[in-house]
Amino acid sequence: MEKVASHLHPEGSYDVSAHSAPTGREEIWRFTPLKRLRGLAADATFAPSATATTWNAPDGVRVENVTGDEAKGLRGISGLVPNTLFGARVLAEVSDTLLVDVPAETELDAPVVIDLDGKDAGVVEAAHVALRFGAHSRATVVLNHTGSATMAQVVEVKVGDGAQVSVVSLQDWADDTAHLTHHQAVVGRDASYKHVAISFGGDVVRMDCNVTYDGPGGEVELLGLYFADEGQHIEHRLFADHNAPRTKSHVTYKGALQGKGAHTVWVGNVLIRKVAEGIETYEENRNLVLTDGCTADSVPNLEIETGEIEGAGHASTVGRFDDEQLFYLRSRGIAEDEAHRLVVHGFFNDLIRKINVPELEEKLLATVEGELAKNVLKDAQ
Amino acid sequence: MSTLEIKDLHVSVATEDGDKEILKGVTLTIKDGETHAIMGPNGSGKSTLAYSIAGHPKYTVTSGTVKLDGEDVLEMSVDERARAGLFLAMQYPVEVPGVSVSNFLRTAKTAIDGEAPKLRHWVKDVNSTLERLDLDASFGTRSVNEGFSGGEKKRHEIAQLELLNPKVAVLDETDSGLDIDALKIVSEGVNRFAENKDKGVLLITHYTRILRYIKPDFVHVFVAGKVAESGGAELAEALEANGYEKYLTAAV
Repeated sequence: MEKVASHLHPEGSYDVSAHSAPTGREEIWRFTPLKRLRGLAADATFAPSATATTWNAPDGVRVENVTGDEAKGLRGISGLVPNTLFGARVLAEVSDTLLVDVPAETELDAPVVIDLDGKDAGVVEAAHVALRFGAHSRATVVLNHTGSATMAQVVEVKVGDGAQVSVVSLQDWADDTAHLTHHQAVVGRDASYKHVAISFGGDVVRMDCNVTYDGPGGEVELLGLYFADEGQHIEHRLFADHNAPRTKSHVTYKGALQGKGAHTVWVGNVLIRKVAEGIETYEENRNLVLTDGCTADSVPNLEIETGEIEGAGHASTVGRFDDEQLFYLRSRGIAEDEAHRLVVHGFFNDLIRKINVPELEEKLLATVEGELAKNVLKDAQ
Repeated sequence: MSTLEIKDLHVSVATEDGDKEILKGVTLTIKDGETHAIMGPNGSGKSTLAYSIAGHPKYTVTSGTVKLDGEDVLEMSVDERARAGLFLAMQYPVEVPGVSVSNFLRTAKTAIDGEAPKLRHWVKDVNSTLERLDLDASFGTRSVNEGFSGGEKKRHEIAQLELLNPKVAVLDETDSGLDIDALKIVSEGVNRFAENKDKGVLLITHYTRILRYIKPDFVHVFVAGKVAESGGAELAEALEANGYEKYLTAAV
């Protein structure tokens, strides 16, 4: 693969000493409140995990915390070559790996649900997760993060040829959590990969979600839903690297913000390499600002090295409640707070439907409702 | 009983060059069982009248009164006006993404009635109303006004009129952008509403075409922010023949 001179591509390395701690001036760190990460991005010592990890898996899938050579062999299965210090450190310093292994041609009839419940935000810890989906398998994996933690995490995903895979990562942390995570996936020929990021809780959550292709015809859908409250920083960075022909990427992230100091960041990077003829990409980020004092940054980047493509586009908005929408609903007798509720639910509904994990749908609707109760509907309580 | 009484209504909007008065003293009373047509050229303030009655925040009432059965409408919030019995069918209904028509209708009905409608009757009412307006049964699952054709938007407005069953309906250019079939369907819906006991209709239109299907008891010619002339249905015929020319000349 030819090198591309671009800020999207800091040279990666497995060698920890090849990386330095970010200062905050780097393009990829400029939005992140590094101080609140408690050294996760720098050189804080990783202590033994204080997070309780349990899972529920249907027959036919292996879920195990593996160690030794097997764990070593799982580093880099997604093609990840770390371009951050924390990424390199997680691969080098964490000795075990939580593995979800779905054999080729296996079709799971229920999602694999992994609960990661943080017990102590005072413990700085790191984790490596590997999700391996064999060729033509069909599976959904849910990573459900709750509780208090200070966690650096690398999630590597390998989607075999023709597999149909969903990975859902739910950040439903307690208020004191700092979570720095990198999800890297490689998508096989004619495979489809849906990645869903849902971030509600935590003091700081930063997720990098990157995708590359291992052969033509792969389809990727990256969905995200976030809700930042007072003082919260929620950052999602996406990178779809179209390095194979006739691949697709479709990104939809929607977020709402409320309360003083709520800050969300969405950076959507798409690279269409020379070889990637006939690809199609579209990315969309919408932010609904519910109160004063919030900041939503939304930055789409599209780099195109070949014009021989099916289509490429992006859309990005940051806005408040639409007065005309509210007027319309209220002119039908619907009280103001109820109208707000309808509009916010509507804003997220399409996305929640697209996630298409029935087990999660109700929980998400309830979570949105709970978030609204904090501010928008506060006066109505 | 339902009487909408508008007295000497003056309304302004904020513009870059300061406040601009659009309505310059409108006086109009709509009683039980009456259908009034307001006709006027573009820019005469017809829509401003409709939106001011409904309470759109863009418009500021500087003087005058609007009363519904003696209650001061101008003191009410937008949703209170609707719950008091006013309904505005809009010329440009607004899209509300992700909110289904059926959820919207049920929420509005619950708000208007102060209690949730009985499910069994409600579903039947909604389905038959949609059917009469030639709207497909799957219509309920679509997002409010999103991707609707012009005709679907207007028929959806009239479906709301019939289901929410207000006292007084203000129809703002409901006929615009409709082909003849849709115009008939929409007019029949308005007539069904108007035939109920104690209902008033204020029909705002630029063209006489809709008056072939909805018979007004009174016609008011609206020019330069007020009523220039009032009369019966025959006034509409005169307008059809002669246009607004003579009023416009007079207003200059």
